[in-house]
Amino acid sequence: MVSIEIDGKKIQARDGALVIEAADDAGVYIPRFCYHKKLSIAANCRMCLIEVEKAAKPLPACATPVTDGMVIFTKSPKAIDAQKGVMEFLLINHPLDCPICDQGGECELQDIAMGYGSDVSKFTEKKRVVKDKNLGPLIATDMTRCIHCTRCVRFGAEVAGVRELGATGRGEHTEIGTYITSNVSSEMSGNVIDLCPVGALTSKPFRFSARAWELVERDTIAPHDCIGSNLKVHVCNGREVVRVVPRENEAINETWISDRDRFSYEALYSDDRLKTPMLKENGAWREVDWETALQAVIVGINKTITDSGADRVGALAAPTSTLEELYLMQKLMRQMGVNNIDHRLRQLDFSDQQQAPVFPWLGQPINNLENNNAVLLIGSNVRKDQPIAAHRLRKAGVRGSKIMTLNAVDYDFYMPIMAKIITSPMDYKHQLAGIAKALLAQTKQPAPNGFEKLVSKVKITASHQAIASALVEGSVSSVLLGPQAINHPEASTLRMLAQLITLLSQSQLGYLSEAGNSVGAWMAGMLPHRVAGGKDADKTGLNALEMLHKGLRAYVLLGVEPEIESAESVIASRALNDADFVVSLTSFSSEAMRQYADVMLPIAPFAETSATFINAEGQWQSVAGVVPPLGETRPAWKVLRVLGNLFGCSGFDYITSDDVLTEVKQLTKDCQTDNTVVWCCPAPITTNSNADILVRIAEVQMYAGDSLQRRAQALQNTHDADFAAIRINKACAKKFGLKDGVKATAAQNGTEITLPVVVDDNVSDNSVLIHCGLRDSAALSTDFTPISIRPV
Amino acid sequence: MRTTKLEKKPVEVVNNSDLMLISKQSYAAIDKWIAKYHPENRQAAVIPALHIVQEENGGHLTIALMDELALYLNMPTIAVYEVASFYSMFEHKPIGKHKVSICTNISCMLRGSEEIVEHLKKKFAINLGETTTDGKFTVKEVECLGACVGAPMCLIGREYHEYLTPEKIDAILEKLE
Repeated sequence: MVSIEIDGKKIQARDGALVIEAADDAGVYIPRFCYHKKLSIAANCRMCLIEVEKAAKPLPACATPVTDGMVIFTKSPKAIDAQKGVMEFLLINHPLDCPICDQGGECELQDIAMGYGSDVSKFTEKKRVVKDKNLGPLIATDMTRCIHCTRCVRFGAEVAGVRELGATGRGEHTEIGTYITSNVSSEMSGNVIDLCPVGALTSKPFRFSARAWELVERDTIAPHDCIGSNLKVHVCNGREVVRVVPRENEAINETWISDRDRFSYEALYSDDRLKTPMLKENGAWREVDWETALQAVIVGINKTITDSGADRVGALAAPTSTLEELYLMQKLMRQMGVNNIDHRLRQLDFSDQQQAPVFPWLGQPINNLENNNAVLLIGSNVRKDQPIAAHRLRKAGVRGSKIMTLNAVDYDFYMPIMAKIITSPMDYKHQLAGIAKALLAQTKQPAPNGFEKLVSKVKITASHQAIASALVEGSVSSVLLGPQAINHPEASTLRMLAQLITLLSQSQLGYLSEAGNSVGAWMAGMLPHRVAGGKDADKTGLNALEMLHKGLRAYVLLGVEPEIESAESVIASRALNDADFVVSLTSFSSEAMRQYADVMLPIAPFAETSATFINAEGQWQSVAGVVPPLGETRPAWKVLRVLGNLFGCSGFDYITSDDVLTEVKQLTKDCQTDNTVVWCCPAPITTNSNADILVRIAEVQMYAGDSLQRRAQALQNTHDADFAAIRINKACAKKFGLKDGVKATAAQNGTEITLPVVVDDNVSDNSVLIHCGLRDSAALSTDFTPISIRPV
Repeated sequence: MRTTKLEKKPVEVVNNSDLMLISKQSYAAIDKWIAKYHPENRQAAVIPALHIVQEENGGHLTIALMDELALYLNMPTIAVYEVASFYSMFEHKPIGKHKVSICTNISCMLRGSEEIVEHLKKKFAINLGETTTDGKFTVKEVECLGACVGAPMCLIGREYHEYLTPEKIDAILEKLE
């Protein structure tokens, strides 16, 4: 620590801190444009010039480290004079179009110009005009307003990991842009909107919809990925969500959010939005009041239970639902004797659910990801699945940590990858067994029961050795299972092997789970075999897949569209259409839903309801609703509470959602946060998976994970949403006579779909990447049923 | 003091089929420059490499050439565009046979570069940055070339010409084929 003096105030500052950091900590404001605490120092705007005693000239506070005894003046005549001079220069070319600029009213340049600008400029020359650019569907540009702070350029290079923007030209002709016409494709690109201190980069979906001073800022949580990024929602007229920006939380999302979390709010006002309860009578839909709709639900469910029994009723909920909703749903169902309860729609392998941890979680705090020395990612496209987690891992990777992957697609992670195994999903278990075998040899630990036989035919490769050594050597190391491993047809084997690897290498097993409340759903007991708090249920019901396979008589859906969200979309669709009674608690209606449902109850989506989400690190985050529910929509917890009363269930007398939360907290207070499961030897692994079988890599398309994302128009227009294709590598394409860009037919189990072929050498052999979550590809199953592909 | 840590990317072996526009001879010349730097700093050779590529292409660069070079030097394409658009020696459109670069910076301006510029504009009936219709001359304005002692000056091809007067530059241009 060093002692310095800022504006006559004596303070202690960290050794090596920059003057601007010390000043910020001491609450002394120094104007700035290019400085940002999360980015490298550019010192190019010169706005932060300050006077330092004994220094001949003003110094930039953002690039001057503190020294013991330094005396700093930020508001002395010399400092102010320097700052005013810089301001005058910055304004030479800046247009005076604040009245038509979206940044007006929340603009750093406007604010600082109020303090340091002069009302008359000495410059009479013409202002320059910069040709506008098109950076894609998310970011609106007005590059004439740019002051060349290069925050957006540094963000791309340092945080997003992909340098797409740059400063081309020289002097007055400098322009920020991509130089050639191209969209910015980073999944975190929206952050440059917040970084831009002027109106050069603004939000395209928000453009011209409101002025900053008309907006009220309220807090909420992103429901999509398992990170639970903290958000601020900008509300217009107290009713409409018009914009979403990050809320700083150093432990979770720092100052960033993914584009998914930023732009998914658009779905709140999509045409699909269900605003009134709807009832189907004799095949025709009509709008009804809540009373009629709820009565229809009571009659429909009670009739099914009387006629066919409670075990012929099933409940499916989205893992993006709130904790309160999930808890009340399972409580209601269980009281009515229904045990077929699940939220794991994309999961295929349920064989080890009894041994599963109380809730599969990350195994460490999110901010700890960047402290790992070695990380093995299994079945994870972390950059697209959980961009914030990828950012943390990237920090580790750039620092020199060993990031390793076992994937079916050679994803571009924008970070140094130490080792990667790119192979068909069928081969994952061999590879993990190989790593485990290498670890056993390296650590000389005794093999667990049955392991010798399990891996007797597995050969250790150099990659296995390298990964094993890296995990052992890393003082902090993790093995993380991504959604493609969690929903893998052999997930239980993968889990067991991954756990063995972590035990042998003393690393942490973690789950990068699918959705915003996956952990919450486990805690709340939205499972066939466990009640809230992870205790075994008295009677184990059917899991999500069994419910759809067996074809129940009635289904209760909460925020799900199983016809595209299920691992077996075709079977889901058939089961729902064949059922006698389907009630859907949903924010959106679709053509398919109108086919199979009998009652649709409009429930409040994210931002319209009070909610608790538990993220991957087990953090409970509760927020209030930020806008009133649209139309006749009601928060789902209220709907479930009323249904509980109408069904005559006990313990449904909640007055607020806090009462529900308190109850869940009480039930889960003893939950153990431990991912370990008891060793249970998987079946022996034969050496060679059938090389002639072509299997599907079932990755969820980046913006197709839940009903909100699918209806967010701007996100759907991005490059990442453009994925309804048959992706296959060059060798396989040649083998099946496929050509890039030409349509082909994929056939599986008698169903066929036709999609364009994209030849992509990042896809592993003997596999084909057809994204799921899309209506276009819903006809195919996500399991290992062989696929054949032929040209049309 | 906080500094940005340079990311150390492993040098990837570039697939030869991706490199088609720049000749083997040029690559050999570029490799000599690359050899002067640490293997992790291949991109340090970008300026000489751009010169080599520009010369081979008859005096100007194209996006495709810059993209190929970016791939070869293992740097983002935008980083090559930044360098190539910053320095006035790099051209992005076809130019005339002879490039006449007139310095209009302070020393040359004080010593009469404006007169030279006006003279050439009138002589060829073109504006700065344009090429004569016969494709023989391109006249452009550049920043200081470090020869203030002989101001006003210009650069034609690789030759400096100093103490210019309208008559003197006429004589110089006369001799060019």
